Amino acid sequence: MSARVLRIGLPILTLGAVLLAWDLVVRLFAIPPYVLPSPLLVLSTLIADRDLLWHSLLVTLTITLEGFALAAFGGIVLAIAFNQWRLLEYSFYPYAVILQVTPVIAVAPLLLIYLPQPLAVLACAWIVAFFPVLANTTLGLNSVDHNLIALFELYKASRWQTLWQLKLPAALPQMLAGLRIAGGLALIGAVVAEIAAGSAGAGSGLAYRIAESGYRLNIPRMFAALLLLSLAGVAIFFALSLLSYLALRRWHESALTRES
Amino acid sequence: MNAPGKTIVSLRDVGKTFENGTVALDRFNLVVGDGEFVSLLGPSGCGKSTALRLIAGLSAPSQGEVAGPSSAGKLGFVFQEPTLMPWADVAANVRLPLKLAGADNAHSHAAAAQALNRVGLAEFAHSYPRELSGGMRMRTSIARALVTEPELLLMDEPFAALDEITRFKLNNDLLDLWQTLRRTVIFVTHSVFESVYLSRRIVVMTPRPGRVFAEIAIPAAYPRDERFRTSSEYAGFCRTVSEALSQAMAGGVS
Repeated sequence: MSARVLRIGLPILTLGAVLLAWDLVVRLFAIPPYVLPSPLLVLSTLIADRDLLWHSLLVTLTITLEGFALAAFGGIVLAIAFNQWRLLEYSFYPYAVILQVTPVIAVAPLLLIYLPQPLAVLACAWIVAFFPVLANTTLGLNSVDHNLIALFELYKASRWQTLWQLKLPAALPQMLAGLRIAGGLALIGAVVAEIAAGSAGAGSGLAYRIAESGYRLNIPRMFAALLLLSLAGVAIFFALSLLSYLALRRWHESALTRES
Repeated sequence: MNAPGKTIVSLRDVGKTFENGTVALDRFNLVVGDGEFVSLLGPSGCGKSTALRLIAGLSAPSQGEVAGPSSAGKLGFVFQEPTLMPWADVAANVRLPLKLAGADNAHSHAAAAQALNRVGLAEFAHSYPRELSGGMRMRTSIARALVTEPELLLMDEPFAALDEITRFKLNNDLLDLWQTLRRTVIFVTHSVFESVYLSRRIVVMTPRPGRVFAEIAIPAAYPRDERFRTSSEYAGFCRTVSEALSQAMAGGVS
């Protein structure tokens, strides 16, 4: 119980201390807001620009969720296909790896040339998010207990039955871990593409706001937009952790509390 | 050894060589009759599990012939580990063989309930495997093997990982089940004491390559209970079987 209070209380205390120090430094050294705004100024900017920022948040979140959904679907379907047809895996897996290891920030400008901007942003979100889903689901599908596979064989289970009733449930923990990583990466992908699009972009996502505010030396708004981005990332992480917990709480070690 | 009734399983001059060149079984012969309780006894690596997998049709022999029940429902297999699906509750685990065979729900639910009843787990139908003790998981595994009412039950060192008290209890319950259901059991073990207690016949195997060294009948009457376990008759059988096992391990091929 007291451990729980500490786990929640201490980070809040740390935050308070950092904000206080930040505010004191800005006041003591009379730092102008276009160099470093005080936390209160950031907060008031957040409130004053709420319509603009809220709209931008929705744009970025929409792209992120679309990218994430496509990555989840694509990653899982591809992992199942690889698992069922080895030749397919041999043919395409290396290219999935290449897609992953090439830094997306370097790919984004090219995508922006060939695709309309919203689609290019979506493609970036998808590229970075789909690989962890693919890799983790593949690992999960391949690490099913061999005796359980023998058991399904013994009872003459069809390929389809083995997939649905054995492999997919067995791969669920790894799949969910992949999705949790993909959620954060989809946001990064969307932000990278928006930044790459820069002022040329017609979009109005949060990353675009940050770039735009930077050009205009509107530093408080940069901080406000950054704060929203970070909160969006945290919210995505918690939502996916909750999903993972709900799906695994009855049976998987990762979702169980250890009794001491 | 004359097996009573019709033959359920026969292996004739069976050899099994793995891809890495290991010869697991060589000229292995075994005939098991209906209703028998036969143990395959030997040190680890003597091919007894391999023999069981051949009988189950989980792998194919390199030489020789294996004949046994071929249809899915006629064979039950209990692995060394409970091998349960952790995401499914006990009842769903036990129902699995019927579900895979496409049985209707009402039938599979009733059969699973009956199988759980037989192993004394009726109250735990909705528990998850991780909530059970090792012995209870093994009971679940046995219930799953029994749910299709197979004529042959293959058990691969099922109680090796359990503590002695639990093992003795499960030994007794297994004998009760065997006597009630009158199925054929082929039981793999490396324990002399367990094999003597359970079996009507013990097949002692030599290691590398696995062959039959001796077949020893245990003519003690069933039901066997704790009194048998502490009797001098039991001790005598154990001594005979132990000696055969030592000779088999010394490499003497009869």
